[in-house]
Amino acid sequence: MSELHDVPSAAQLVEAVREWLERDVLTSTTGRVQFHTRVAMNVLAMVERELALGPDQRAAHAARLADLGVADDKELAKAIREGRLDDRMSDVVAAVRASVVDKLRVANPGYFESR
Amino acid sequence: MTDLSRDSLADGLARVVGAPVKDLARLSGGASRETWSFSASGRRLILQRQRSGDIRDMGVEANVLRAAHTAGVRVPELLANGTADSPIGSSFMVLSHVDGETIARKILRDDTFVHARQVLVGDLAAALARLHSIDPSNIAGLPATDQVAQYRTTLDDLNTSLDQAHPTFELAFRWLEANRPESARRSLVHGDFRLGNVMVGPDGLRAVLDWELAHVGDPMEDLGWLCVRAWRFGSSSPVAGVGSYEQLIAAYEHESGLSVDPDLVRWWEVLGTLKWGIMCMIQTSSHLLGLARSHELAAIGRRVCENEYDLFLALDGRWEGLGVR
Repeated sequence: MSELHDVPSAAQLVEAVREWLERDVLTSTTGRVQFHTRVAMNVLAMVERELALGPDQRAAHAARLADLGVADDKELAKAIREGRLDDRMSDVVAAVRASVVDKLRVANPGYFESR
Repeated sequence: MTDLSRDSLADGLARVVGAPVKDLARLSGGASRETWSFSASGRRLILQRQRSGDIRDMGVEANVLRAAHTAGVRVPELLANGTADSPIGSSFMVLSHVDGETIARKILRDDTFVHARQVLVGDLAAALARLHSIDPSNIAGLPATDQVAQYRTTLDDLNTSLDQAHPTFELAFRWLEANRPESARRSLVHGDFRLGNVMVGPDGLRAVLDWELAHVGDPMEDLGWLCVRAWRFGSSSPVAGVGSYEQLIAAYEHESGLSVDPDLVRWWEVLGTLKWGIMCMIQTSSHLLGLARSHELAAIGRRVCENEYDLFLALDGRWEGLGVR
């Protein structure tokens, strides 16, 4: 894919801000502001993971939805609620679970080990 | 809060407790209420008051605290309470101060609480057995709402306002409806019984706090909520991060003399996990809808998938009722 924008990439820009928060802001703050700095670093790390994994995850999600014959999560949620996919419940549970795992890989990959 | 309004709060408090008020200090402020510490007549006390503008009445909670105290549940002593037309200017309660720790991560990790962690499941089970023995018909104003219906409506409203959907939550609602217990005991239910809402000392449980969500319902709701993964705070032990299901159920059965169906506890744990996911959506919606702009609240929206993952863990091997092989 050819890029319009110059370097740094969006991911590299976010990474640079996150590194600055960690290097300079975190060490010169305390209490509430320091806590919110950590939250901000986590948010930016999440955005970096989404930029890296997003395209593949989007394709996999679309394939799972297509296999169940629905266009998006809203249609899937509605079909589950109305019982229209009850004859394929095993597939539905597997597909929804795979989507949740992908969301968690971006949102908080450490969560898988914290059980 | 300005010093002027703090001074007038101290004046109002002095009239309520009938003694000069010293060392009035704000401890915390949630979305709906504030907690203050102060001393009067040589005694350390706590003031809880509803935020101005919030019309909720602490009168029911005060009734619940009195009933719990009478039943022998360890709770702060209620010394005074009143409504918005009191000298406090909002609905309030004055409670005795109880020494100890409420922060879950400290209770679960600090050396101070090594012994407490050994006895806590037993203490929590005993407190639950005792509070569940209270006849709810003696407590005026106690709500009795159907939790599934209530959170169904809440989720529908959130899905509309945030323009999104959660297939996992729909699966969970289907599972809850398919496995809904036929008949259940009815009792007083605390409604938010977990680390964070109990005062713990090195010797174990000191007091059960935060009764604002108390209601009439199935007592197993409190046991299930105590097992929700979020309330393990990263610990691997399923019950409040300190014990096993078997320990909780055995201790509760011993204290209450009643038998516990583990599947019923699990049903309430699943509903509790779903509820917490919906509550996280509420938090992120207050950012997205502009009520309180905050990157912290924004980030919580992306943690809803943790609750979804927890639902799959709680339901692993339990999908039979929905035709899953």
